[in-house]
Amino acid sequence: MAETSPKIKIMAGAAPDLSAATFQIFDESHTIGNALRWMIMKNPKVEFADIGYVPHPSENLIQLRIQMYDGLSSLNALLEALTNLDAVCEAVENKYHASLATNDYERWEERS
Amino acid sequence: MPPAITYDPRKHVGVHPERVSHVSSTNFPGHHPDEDHSWDLERFKKGLTVKIERLSNRSIEFDLVGVDASIANAYRRILIAEVPTICVERVYVWDNTSVVVDEVFAQRIGLVPLNVDPALMDMKQSQNDQATDRNTLVFRLQVSCERRKNAPKDTTDPNKLYINHEVLSSHLKWVPQGEQEIVLADNPPAPTNLNIVLTKLRPGQEVDMELHAVKGVGKDHAKFCPVATASYRLLPLVILNPEKPVPRELAEKFQKCFSSGVIRVDPRTKAVSVDSKKMRNETMSREVYRHPEFEGCVQLARVRDHFLFNIESEGFYPPQRLLPEAIAVMRAKIATVKRAAEMLLNNGDDLGDVAMANA
Repeated sequence: MAETSPKIKIMAGAAPDLSAATFQIFDESHTIGNALRWMIMKNPKVEFADIGYVPHPSENLIQLRIQMYDGLSSLNALLEALTNLDAVCEAVENKYHASLATNDYERWEERS
Repeated sequence: MPPAITYDPRKHVGVHPERVSHVSSTNFPGHHPDEDHSWDLERFKKGLTVKIERLSNRSIEFDLVGVDASIANAYRRILIAEVPTICVERVYVWDNTSVVVDEVFAQRIGLVPLNVDPALMDMKQSQNDQATDRNTLVFRLQVSCERRKNAPKDTTDPNKLYINHEVLSSHLKWVPQGEQEIVLADNPPAPTNLNIVLTKLRPGQEVDMELHAVKGVGKDHAKFCPVATASYRLLPLVILNPEKPVPRELAEKFQKCFSSGVIRVDPRTKAVSVDSKKMRNETMSREVYRHPEFEGCVQLARVRDHFLFNIESEGFYPPQRLLPEAIAVMRAKIATVKRAAEMLLNNGDDLGDVAMANA
């Protein structure tokens, strides 16, 4: 893994206490980027969070900008949002399996 | 009687004659004074509903209520592009005298879905990785066409005249390598559909190829896509204005403006009401907006956080397994990003040293 670029980089121009920073996340696209943006915005201490756009389609990365109130660290906000997204996925999966188990749906035969 | 629905721009996307309004959610902390929209897992779980509506052997329809559009879209994108499957990637041709050239034939073979569980195979890290029995499946395709000896003289039916005049996907024969014979014994790899015509032959033509199948994702090549398609739509709403009811003599015409079953007309009083169960079949053709006599009687809308998913499976996964696979891929992505962020945090006291990209 040493040759591949690190998954996240903080771009130059970030505030020293990381209250405002732009994270470059490699090999990701709007799939996780938009969901992450939504979850970060749900944090009341976040002043600004956005993906912007993918800088160039040839490079597979997104730039995520987070700005915080009260001088808090945006890296912590990112970590918290990632944990919350994981909880969302788990909740959706549990409810899905519960619904699958109730067998309360219409079943039909579809010809190939 | 359930209370009448009123059009609420906070919860509904307005569907107007020439535009849509209030498309994005504004439920963020600070947007609306005196309301707390910060993340609360318990409140989210209370509002979340997942209900399966229809299940068949090839497709599934379910409702996902209470999530934001970004999450539903993330699942849809992952279903299309990032759930792995196994397809033929390399074709080694020894003999191909059919009318289809090698590369076109190879592309057709690559599109044939196989019924192998991708969890049992590893993904090749790069294209030139060593092919091992853990990451490659080998198939053999050997078909040659001959004339049938005692065919009736005047028939033109190729089935009667020739043997093997069509190369079908059933002609793909799995050649077990190494440990695959034991691991894949109870579900031998084969195409899911045995009747796919790959090419047509005539006497004297033959094909002889060795096919290598690997695990891949739809992002790389569309043949690896596990779904015929995965899509969602928002729940449609037809909101009748109680202050301007539909005139009785126009009730039938009003009913015809919508998809069948959505509007109920009481046979006696000719009063118009919406059938809440059938409302989900409404296709939002906006026909009712074209008639000036119905202006103001009805408002079309969609519920912003109620997603009606329709997933058609193609290939290995049974349709009910697709969403859990997509959620697993999403959680793996979250875990990777989280690990990287945590590494940044641990090394982060010395920002100048580590991981500063050149702006």
